[in-house]
Amino acid sequence: MLGEEVKILRRMGTSVRLPSNTAPVIRIEAAKAWPSLKLGELWGYRELIYFLIWRDIKVRYKQTVLGAGWAIIQPLFTMLLFSLFFGRLARVPSDGIPYPLFSFCALVPWSYFSNGLTQASNSLVSNSSLIKKVYFPRLAIPIAKVLSALVDFGLAFVLLLGMTFYYGLHPTFRMLCVPLFLLLAMVTALGAAFWLSALNVRIRDVEQALPFLAQVWLFATPIAYPSSLLSQPWRTLYAINPMVGVVEGFRWALIGTNTTPGPMLVVSCLVAVAMLVIGAFWFRRLEKTFADIL
Amino acid sequence: MSQIAIQLEKIGKQYHIGRKQNGHRSLQDVVTDALVSPFRRAGRLLTGRATAAADVDQTFWALRDVSLEVKYGELVGIIGRNGAGKTTLLKILSRITEPTEGHGEIHGRVGSLLEVGTGFHPELTGRENLFLNGAILGMRKAEIELKFDEIVAFAEIDKFIDTPVKHYSSGMYVRLAFAVAAHLEPEILLVDEVLAVGDAAFQKKCLGKMSEVSRGGRTVIFISHNMAAVENLCDKGILLEDGIITFSGDIKQTVDRYLQGVSGQARSIGSGIIDLSNAARPPQCRPLLKRLELFTDQDRPLNGGLRMGSTFKAYIHFELEEPTSRLDACLGFDNSFGQRVFTAHSLFEPQKACGERVGEQVFVCEIPSLTLVPGEYKIKVSLSIRGWPRDWVEDAARLTILESDYYGTGRVPWNGFFVLKHRWHLRGSQEE
Repeated sequence: MLGEEVKILRRMGTSVRLPSNTAPVIRIEAAKAWPSLKLGELWGYRELIYFLIWRDIKVRYKQTVLGAGWAIIQPLFTMLLFSLFFGRLARVPSDGIPYPLFSFCALVPWSYFSNGLTQASNSLVSNSSLIKKVYFPRLAIPIAKVLSALVDFGLAFVLLLGMTFYYGLHPTFRMLCVPLFLLLAMVTALGAAFWLSALNVRIRDVEQALPFLAQVWLFATPIAYPSSLLSQPWRTLYAINPMVGVVEGFRWALIGTNTTPGPMLVVSCLVAVAMLVIGAFWFRRLEKTFADIL
Repeated sequence: MSQIAIQLEKIGKQYHIGRKQNGHRSLQDVVTDALVSPFRRAGRLLTGRATAAADVDQTFWALRDVSLEVKYGELVGIIGRNGAGKTTLLKILSRITEPTEGHGEIHGRVGSLLEVGTGFHPELTGRENLFLNGAILGMRKAEIELKFDEIVAFAEIDKFIDTPVKHYSSGMYVRLAFAVAAHLEPEILLVDEVLAVGDAAFQKKCLGKMSEVSRGGRTVIFISHNMAAVENLCDKGILLEDGIITFSGDIKQTVDRYLQGVSGQARSIGSGIIDLSNAARPPQCRPLLKRLELFTDQDRPLNGGLRMGSTFKAYIHFELEEPTSRLDACLGFDNSFGQRVFTAHSLFEPQKACGERVGEQVFVCEIPSLTLVPGEYKIKVSLSIRGWPRDWVEDAARLTILESDYYGTGRVPWNGFFVLKHRWHLRGSQEE
């Protein structure tokens, strides 16, 4: 009889089995004003981050006709427009590089940054059901978004390599530095996304302002024009926008522009890392109210 | 090493209601608030309409001073009305939200199940969602792979495992979602009202699975409105009322407490004493019936609902105007459809030699186990003398029969008029 069965099971249930000594102790308390980042815990949830990335990639181009082609279409058409208007009509200088290659080399990391930033900034709101029902380090959500955007970057990057060959440029050892510049773009996107996503939970205006912000940032980055338009002290200062370092780095590594991005890179890296670290703390600080507000 | 799995001390959770912090705010709200509210508040304070901040930023405590201790292997049911703070407590235990005050410790891996199918994506296939949902609930990939076949078999969807879940029927969807959750094996499992999903047969399967979880010596905290399920599954109970723990202890006592409170609120038999002398009765009746007193197990006054299968005891106070020995008192139970489901006559009592009587009398009727199914019943009281009905009150009392674990299986009968102890066995089975 089921009744008996359940009773037996219950009796067995009360036979105490202590968990191993490695059982974690979880503390529950009101958050301090500036809580720790709990990076160890985040690392413990790496499989969840992996699954979130995997979900994003699987779902992103479902039910589209062009599918992953969209990863290329966006930077490609922007490049064509820029080449026509800035390259041909406005005759913007391009450091002696053919203008299409010059702008595309910047647009590939830029698209990665702006897509990653936009998606990550909206990620907390779009995953509100998860946040309200399950515990995990909330940082995982924007991190997964920024990482999943890498797939699109990969596709566009292959096209970029093909284009450098088409224009008869040969890869040099400088190309080995590309991952570092990509990392800088990633850190910048993450840093900004920590700020914006946490703010978006409270103030939904962020979502509305994002496309505009991305556009302003696009023109504040030397994509349609070279940073060599600025004279030296200003050029280094200009790199306070970390994407300046990323774009100049990509150009230096792939198409051999001679803008000596060294000092710019230092400034960009410092700013990006500061943004990331402070952003992460700010995120953690706002995190405790996410589930209550969403 | 201590045997304590969960320890909370003076946990409180405050929510902001009203204008401020009520959900997300648009920039305009923030700006106008920032500009206007200091003046508004200053104005209120100056005119004496507000003495403190309460008017500007209203708050309420969803939980207050909650201290509890749960040992390893304990099965604890948290019960209380809607809004009593049950889910808030579970959210704090599962760290979805942080308490405003107090602190606590949890020893062991926590799995929480506040909703089935959290994170399901309609475009993904059953297989993909199974992995994703498992990861969200805290399972390792290797663990999911190991249990994959078992989960699919449990959900009974093997044919559709590679179909996107948007094409699933709602039943299939829920089954898959629950199957994943049911295979979660943390040391401490927190479960909210999730058994309310799925069809009856599947619910039964889930209850069985949850009992199995407890077999491994795991700690389970369970929230449900299904008292039979709570009673069946849990050993200890915690009663929450308006964010405060008002009772904790043995699950039966806790459920009793809760049910008393619930039916006490739902306009039933007040203190267990019903005055009949002024009750509505047909014009030809003499008001002989004076009072009805109702009791339940251990002669406790029945001042709320009666749990299915409990003792029902009625004291019928009446007056005899002339000496007689031929009298018959009667209690009738009508269900909410007006159907008579049961009648109790004192005539049916075999030892009825009561002798000739006159004046104030009390007839006691005891039903050792009133097995009517849960619902609302009307009690009719009547008195016949020498075979003639002399007085009757059609709607003497309203009785609420409450759910209980009558069969010891956690299942509440959902149709029929009453429950009966009965047994089943398969011919040739070794189990009997």
